Amino acid sequence: MQIVSDIQAILGGFRVTLAHMLRKPVTIQYPEEKRPPYPRYRARIVLTRDPDGGERCVACYLCSAACPVDCISMQSTESKDGRRYAAWFRINFSRCIFCGLCAEACPTMAIQMTSDYEICKRDIMDLLYEKEDLLIDGCGKDATYNFYRHAGIGISQPRGSGTEETKPVDARSLLP
Amino acid sequence: MTAFTLDITLFAVKLALVFFVILTLAAYLVFAERKVLAWVQDRKGPNRVGPYGLLQPLADLIKLLTKEDVVPSGADRWLFYLAPAMAAIPAILIFSVIPFGAPLTIYGRTLPLVVADLNVGLLFFLALSSIAVYGVAIGGWASNSKYALLGGIRGLAQLISYELSMGLSLVPIVMLSHSFNLTDIVAAQESVPFIVYQPLAFIIFLLSITAECKRIPFDLPEAEGELVAGFHTEYSGMRFGLFFVGEYINIVVLGGLAATFFLGGWHGPLFPPAVWFSLKTLAIAFFFIWMRGTLPRLRYDQLMHLGWKVLTPLALLNILATGWWLALK
Repeated sequence: MQIVSDIQAILGGFRVTLAHMLRKPVTIQYPEEKRPPYPRYRARIVLTRDPDGGERCVACYLCSAACPVDCISMQSTESKDGRRYAAWFRINFSRCIFCGLCAEACPTMAIQMTSDYEICKRDIMDLLYEKEDLLIDGCGKDATYNFYRHAGIGISQPRGSGTEETKPVDARSLLP
Repeated sequence: MTAFTLDITLFAVKLALVFFVILTLAAYLVFAERKVLAWVQDRKGPNRVGPYGLLQPLADLIKLLTKEDVVPSGADRWLFYLAPAMAAIPAILIFSVIPFGAPLTIYGRTLPLVVADLNVGLLFFLALSSIAVYGVAIGGWASNSKYALLGGIRGLAQLISYELSMGLSLVPIVMLSHSFNLTDIVAAQESVPFIVYQPLAFIIFLLSITAECKRIPFDLPEAEGELVAGFHTEYSGMRFGLFFVGEYINIVVLGGLAATFFLGGWHGPLFPPAVWFSLKTLAIAFFFIWMRGTLPRLRYDQLMHLGWKVLTPLALLNILATGWWLALK
């Protein structure tokens, strides 16, 4: 009969809710309990250094060009040895959407995402991170990479001294 | 102390106790509802204010009292002010006829644990629950808002429809106990509670009181998602709070009535009578909350169909069957 199955269905619903009542809640009580973020979690952005301790950033503007919300701005300049670096470098975290496109665009692996997601401030101006706030004393995710070992050679060091580079060929020796 | 002042004092203490317990219980029922619904949904529920969130009702009260009291433009001001009280006061008044424990003996005199031992207690309850309809209808009408008006109309139709089946489901109780007096009805259930003789009437009464206190699945007068908040859409602050607390007082009171009419009132083994009464009342209240966590809202035509074409005829048949059974006995 229809009514019997209807009543059975309603009682089944009551059974399900009772079972859920006795189940452990899935709530994570945030400030006290924190879920460990995944290794590739995208949160606060940092500027890393190469293994020798120099700044990785070469102020190429690729990150600020890639940024969909235009939250990265900088001013490039050159040091005496011809290396480019950022005179100032600023990320506006009140605008940042943590998409990670800047980190993807970076040719020197300078700009990287960390898993520190707790960036809340009372004053919105405190979310404006300057270069000294962003720069860390480490290599971040790629510990051995040094941009100037692979590229930019001739500026910071003589030609042919890169790790994956052969000595420059003397063109005259190729003459018949 | 003379006998007269002793009487007055005892009565005043009883009255204050009843008021305190009912209002506190209603406030904590809000908390319990939020907790139980959270558990149903695998959440934890309020647990920030005080230990285990137990001071949450107090925080809610402070919040409601300090909120702005808004009267919409074009509202019928005095009816708008009156409606929340008309919703909450009858609910409290109904409790005056419910016996919540065995008579106590203090200083050589018996103190019946019922505020007013009326010999028409059951009719008094039916009359007051009819008055509670006005709170909904007037609140909805005086707000000068289409949602509130629709909620008020729905509330009016629903409460009138279900009052019928509720009243009819209580007729067999009166036939069995030969009395309208709730104390006598409880006394008649000393050996066997009436739910054993009248399971059908109990189910009809339970469904009807769910509709009477406008609970899910019969919460059409409020129907958030359709009517914003139904008849109390335009209410804010403690006026809304009165509607809200009135709903929970209603749950306590109607749960107490279900316990009185069908579950044997304060009768029970081992524990003191007042404890048994509280347990039964809270069990019904828990069932209401559980039902809210389980069932979806009925459609309006389904509600009317259930009330008029199912519950009322069933209640009438139940009266006939009971009369037949009593005549044969």
